[in-house]
Amino acid sequence: MTTRPKRGSPARANVGPERKDAAMQWKHKDLLDVSQLSADEVRHVLATAAYFREINSRPVKKVPTLKGRSVVLFFAEPSTRTKTSFDMAGKRLSADTFALAKSGSSLSKGETLKDTALTLQAMNPDGIVIRHGSSGAAQFLAERLECSVINAGDGRHAHPTQALLDALTLSRRWKGEFSGKTVLILGDIAHSRVARSNVLLLTMLGANVRLCAPRTLLPPRPDTWPVAVYSELPQAVQGVDAVMCLRLQLERQQAGLLPGLREYARTFGLSPRHMALAAPGACVLHPGPINRGVEIDSALADSAESLILEQVENGVAVRMALLYLYLTRKSPDAAQSGIPA
Amino acid sequence: MPDDNNRPQQGRKLDLAVRSALWLGSLKGRRDEQPKGQLVDVLVAKGRIVALVPAGSLEVRAAREVDARGFLLLPSLTDVHVHLREPGQEYKEDIASGLRAAAFGGFGNIMCMANTRPVNDTASVTEFMLEQARASWPGGPRLFPIGALTKGLQGQELAPLSELRDAGCKAFSNDGRPMESTELLRRAMEYSQDLKRVVIDHCEDPWLAPAAGVNEGEVSSRLGLTGQPDIAEAIQAARDVLLAEYLGAPVHLAHISCAKSVAVIRAAKERGVDVTAETCPHYLTLTEDEVAGYSANAKVNPPLRPRADVEALLEALADGTIDMLATDHAPHAAHEKDVEFDAAPCGISGLDTALAVTWELVRTEKLSFVAFVRAWTTAPCSRFGLPLNGFAPGDPADFVLFDQEAHWVVGPQTMRSKGKNTPLLGRTLRGLVRAHFLAGKSVLDKDTAEA
Repeated sequence: MTTRPKRGSPARANVGPERKDAAMQWKHKDLLDVSQLSADEVRHVLATAAYFREINSRPVKKVPTLKGRSVVLFFAEPSTRTKTSFDMAGKRLSADTFALAKSGSSLSKGETLKDTALTLQAMNPDGIVIRHGSSGAAQFLAERLECSVINAGDGRHAHPTQALLDALTLSRRWKGEFSGKTVLILGDIAHSRVARSNVLLLTMLGANVRLCAPRTLLPPRPDTWPVAVYSELPQAVQGVDAVMCLRLQLERQQAGLLPGLREYARTFGLSPRHMALAAPGACVLHPGPINRGVEIDSALADSAESLILEQVENGVAVRMALLYLYLTRKSPDAAQSGIPA
Repeated sequence: MPDDNNRPQQGRKLDLAVRSALWLGSLKGRRDEQPKGQLVDVLVAKGRIVALVPAGSLEVRAAREVDARGFLLLPSLTDVHVHLREPGQEYKEDIASGLRAAAFGGFGNIMCMANTRPVNDTASVTEFMLEQARASWPGGPRLFPIGALTKGLQGQELAPLSELRDAGCKAFSNDGRPMESTELLRRAMEYSQDLKRVVIDHCEDPWLAPAAGVNEGEVSSRLGLTGQPDIAEAIQAARDVLLAEYLGAPVHLAHISCAKSVAVIRAAKERGVDVTAETCPHYLTLTEDEVAGYSANAKVNPPLRPRADVEALLEALADGTIDMLATDHAPHAAHEKDVEFDAAPCGISGLDTALAVTWELVRTEKLSFVAFVRAWTTAPCSRFGLPLNGFAPGDPADFVLFDQEAHWVVGPQTMRSKGKNTPLLGRTLRGLVRAHFLAGKSVLDKDTAEA
């Protein structure tokens, strides 16, 4: 029995992604929105995530890359899949993850966001993942904290990790080629951080973006966005390569923005009949959780065109990539932990 | 304006002579829109202007001689819209700190809004405010409370307006809380007219994204914030001028922020409606882009607007469609603004910066000196019946010596208000009050231009 490690041992070689572009030095402290990233950086995230997808397919889905590092999952708004996805991403990289929800935290006792943040900071985490109901909350934390802040959704503003996982899903479908492709984002755009981040990211990668929604669910001044706007779904879906459905919050009806769910489903619910108008091989995405029979036909959600579950799978890989890139940026002990430079 | 017939007679006792101040207004009947200015002496007796004469032209000595060193002479400004937070929220501001900010900011008269805790809806609250002002600074800037239009500002029942007037209220307003009921606003305007008081209305549709603090448009769309459209203001402005026209009663529109309201006011004035309006320094100098980094200090109600509105407001102020300037000084504690944008209160602290900010408009020729003086003094004083110094003999000797060239950085140390909440924090402004005289007495501490 030898205790001496073999040269190029698999354990060492596989704890971090191989960098195709060795010059890519991750320079960002925080991820607030995709607008902070260049197209090259986005491609680097996606390539890194593709590597982590491979780890996720192994029988033992864990590497020691972030051993000894801690990540706080600070979710001031209810979330199941994003929080679980980050939690799993952190644990698969051997980071210690600590969840903090609004209920049961001092936020529900009237503590301000700033004080909660400073308290967390005093515990010296390496990163904080924040989900918050106020637009700009992630930036608020990032400006006040030394550790990395990753935005897991702030109000209606941004949801960059969702946009990146959507991009990974489409990239795999389209073999990395976004130019010439058209994506329709359908539904409650006005209240959607997913839509805002996706418009920015898809156009950055070279895709065309269309929006379709009743005017009451469009943002003010959609003319200032790099998109084409449609009010009728059959026209909007013509020839598109992908449709991204958004969740309809049921309270929009009470706010006077909609006559009712039945009418919405009838006019803006995506069905196989619409997909017949799309380009051959067009796919369907949804950030979840879905309202079957409201924004998407139930059978369509389960069909071969639906990439909804692959989005979930890619979500873990993308968040692993992001935790890796942000938490090991300019880290002094990066070499010791065996991360390829 | 000065008059040869009222020259001081030899031997008459002068209490104060301020020598060699730069005066840009007219002297002896000359009227220039953008005069180059000349050095003058200001002669004061018994708290009143005796004469404004070319420097050194009269051989009289005063009990107190002050060398103005060529600093600009301005009448003390009047601000018809401030929030002083006392009683009830003294941690944000109190009457003493508000008066201090006013004095150093160049204001001699300030009208404070009724949204204190308790609300200024009874004579005892008005009297308390006046007593606090007297006690904290006798001879300091004059405080003129504005009475609540409705009890508790609830918009349900009229406040005791006659009692409030007799206690010293110079106007009535529900400021901060829009008047939802047009019927009640009508009755309030009728009742106030009998009392010779003007109703000041805060124009804001109560259903169109109330108190959003950010304009609905490209910026709010990008940031994912609920914005308030400009029509929320213009719709109420239109209601108010139609009501005033129908009743033949006066109305004053507070903090006008957009071009659409300007159009409403302009049309009403052409029809002869008794409407006056104010806008604030921030609407003339800042745009909605200030909010871009979720800056809570730029969150204000009504919100900062796009560039086109700024231009329309400047034009309206120049041609008199908008009569006057006011700060809408709304101080908040630092911790209240140090929160996520949604949770931050609306408001900008303005008394410390207003003069320098608006003087910059004169310097850059966006506003004439005449319009500047009208907007900060004659228009507000005549509308609300406040002491006015037009530098005519017998006028109250309320004036400022303003150093046009002094640069200063807006910050917690340079602001006298307790509220440091302004988007101008950290920016350099040009122009500083070097001396301030009210009724002929210097009101600043030691840092005056006294010889």
